[in-house]
Amino acid sequence: MIGYYLDLARRSLRRNVALTILMILAIAFGVGASMTTLTVLHVLSADPIPGKSDQLYYVQLDPRPVDGYKEGEEPLYQSTRQDAETLVRAKQAERQVLMTGGGAAIESQQVGVDPFNVEARWASADFFPMFDVPFVAGGPWTAEDDDAKARVVVLAKPLAEKVFGTTDVVGRTIRVESNEMRVVGVTDTWFPTPHFFDLNTGAYGVKELLYAPFSTSRELKFGRNGSMNCWNSHQDPEALGAPCEWIQLWVELSTEAKRADYYEYLTAYSRAEKEAGRYHRPPNVRLRNVMEWLEHNQVVPNDARLQMWISLGFLLVCLINTVGLLLTKFMRRSPEIGVRRALGASKKSIFTQLLVEAGMIGIVGGVLGLLLAWLGLWAVRHQPTPYAALAELDTQMLLATFGLAVITSLLAGVLPAWRGCQVTPALQLKSH
Amino acid sequence: MHFMPILSTLRRHRTAAALIVLEIALTCAIVCNAVFLIRDRLSRMDRPSGVAENELLRVQLTGIGERADAQAITEQDLAALRTIPGVKSAISINMIPFGGSSWNSSISTKPDDRDAPVNAGMYMATGDIVETLGLKLVAGRNFNSDEYVPFDDVQSETKGIAAVIVTSATAEKLYPGQSPLGKPVYVMGSTPPVIVGVVDHIVRPNDANGIDQRPYSMILPVTVPFNMGGNYLLRVAPDRKQEILAQVDAKLDGVDPRRIILERQTFAQVRAKYFEQDQAMARLLLGVSIALLVITALGVVGLASFWVQQRTRQIGVRRALGATKRDIRRYFQLENFILATMGIIVGMALAYGVNMWLMDTYGVDRLSAMYLPIGAGLLWALGQIAVLGPAVRASSIPPAVATRSV
Repeated sequence: MIGYYLDLARRSLRRNVALTILMILAIAFGVGASMTTLTVLHVLSADPIPGKSDQLYYVQLDPRPVDGYKEGEEPLYQSTRQDAETLVRAKQAERQVLMTGGGAAIESQQVGVDPFNVEARWASADFFPMFDVPFVAGGPWTAEDDDAKARVVVLAKPLAEKVFGTTDVVGRTIRVESNEMRVVGVTDTWFPTPHFFDLNTGAYGVKELLYAPFSTSRELKFGRNGSMNCWNSHQDPEALGAPCEWIQLWVELSTEAKRADYYEYLTAYSRAEKEAGRYHRPPNVRLRNVMEWLEHNQVVPNDARLQMWISLGFLLVCLINTVGLLLTKFMRRSPEIGVRRALGASKKSIFTQLLVEAGMIGIVGGVLGLLLAWLGLWAVRHQPTPYAALAELDTQMLLATFGLAVITSLLAGVLPAWRGCQVTPALQLKSH
Repeated sequence: MHFMPILSTLRRHRTAAALIVLEIALTCAIVCNAVFLIRDRLSRMDRPSGVAENELLRVQLTGIGERADAQAITEQDLAALRTIPGVKSAISINMIPFGGSSWNSSISTKPDDRDAPVNAGMYMATGDIVETLGLKLVAGRNFNSDEYVPFDDVQSETKGIAAVIVTSATAEKLYPGQSPLGKPVYVMGSTPPVIVGVVDHIVRPNDANGIDQRPYSMILPVTVPFNMGGNYLLRVAPDRKQEILAQVDAKLDGVDPRRIILERQTFAQVRAKYFEQDQAMARLLLGVSIALLVITALGVVGLASFWVQQRTRQIGVRRALGATKRDIRRYFQLENFILATMGIIVGMALAYGVNMWLMDTYGVDRLSAMYLPIGAGLLWALGQIAVLGPAVRASSIPPAVATRSV
């Protein structure tokens, strides 16, 4: 029977080609636009470090002066160098890392390559095991290197290839801001998105290519990137005791119980600092895991959400358009349907027949919509947004697109088909 | 023309009529809000900078390693840049309007004020900012050459800053209704500089402190070396910009080749880069609005065509009974007008609702009432254009059709 219905549908659709094309295109554009924006939103709100995001916590404390204090307000956004170094040295979590974004000039040994600037990260040794950074050669530096302010660096693969033409460079030296630094490891391509561990330098599109110990970076006065806020003037805002926040502090805690313990520890630490006269406010501590931290910072750009809502609105209009046109079309075929009913076709088979016709439009529109989504994502990749490069269709979204197309076509077909099969045969036959 | 027959016909096609009304309503709601958002983005992009945009070039550079002689090199660079024909002046500045990265400080009329009334952008340069950027001095004077102090001395507190120039918005915020000249501004360090001049406007490098905070800036007579600010700004003859940009590298390399030049831009490029996302969003909204209007128009055409076909016999009968072609055409036009009006009424309410939700969720402004008549007019016109074809086709159905059996 389905074969017959398909044939009927094909004939019916060919009877008014312009209208058929209009309905197919409406569905296709609606599905295409929606899938494009949904995919963008999907990649933007993805978990940057799946499997571990619930074990990594961002630490916030409140060393500010007492005036201006409001109970329950957010603590300081970042850490002071003093707190960060103290807490990293205390080793009360399974792992802990302090860090800041930076930038450095690299002079290449390759002939013909001019000096160039790279984005960098100055961090302590736990950075690599904590964030599961993959290595192609060598490995991280050690805590002893941190203490010794050792002249060591880890390179990202693209930088190693640019400077040396190979990733097999462990033990070789590279000139960073006129200093000879020894390469201890080369990371595989690793650009977590969003750039969760430091949102100051941008949540998307950040490509840090060079890593060096934080202690070394201060010794050699490497440049830092990100945001710095001071609540009192100080001769050197980057100095150990300066009243400035500019360091990100992360800890690894594998269980809820350890999280609770560490929270207690930070509270006790704040209280002790207050008694010692360095803190002035009651303990004000936050420990957020990766997804909580991203949520708190609302990293997904509002424009991306807005675009999703607009495209869904667009899809709705396209859908209503198609429903309206199909309905009118089926109603116009009432005489034909009346004859079929009178000749013994059941309501159900009329319904199926009409649904097959609607479904054909939906499926063709859906497939076309998938192509349009693919085209749309290509267009997004050429937009001037920092997340442009991320806009790729993955399997999950591919399946979702098919799902959306099928649901759309069913929605578009059910109402017209149901109305269409309500025809009273006698009435239709009589009037003609 | 009578409404009643039209309404009773529509009542017989209730579902189809309701769907087209809904489609028009949704289109109206989305297009009203989209046009409003486009306006919002465009006005954001039109934001005045307060500087002589057509005459400015920006060179961004960075040094390699620590440089003790950075200030001396900066002076040499600026001298070299000033020798390029067409360059009127050159400065090394810590940040630039629409440049993105910014220096800010809370400022107050009192020392150690925790509830400082303003957070202001902090412009500092080796060279004359007011003259190079073409700022309009509305009160007081520019800095005297003996007022400039090096940044390092300010930070180590060996020297204080004596003078400051503020924008008129900052002056009004600090000293409302008074002349700000000669009054102190507490910024960094313990001895406050006094306001010696007021400039009309210089926008901040970004909106990080909030979009309404953009007019709050000040200029300090603090000299900054190239490796701290990272920006050289050149005031040039407008017709020689490209030719000057082409010579910049050679001049700077002549002073010291061990630097990395990151950008060579006209100010127009700086501005375009800063607003490119707004522009992309405006374009997208425009594209979606046009697509919606086209889809809706095609929907109207499709529906009207069906109805014309369906009513062929009925139209023939009316023609045979004396209705003119014009009457028939009018019938369909009026029918469309009724549908569009219903859609627009529902659409207005929806537009308002969508806007309320957007205000709540994304902090957009309240939809100004002027967008509603624009949306209404647009959809009425669109409906009439769309229905014209089918209506004319209907009117050309000959009366003889009535006598034929279908």
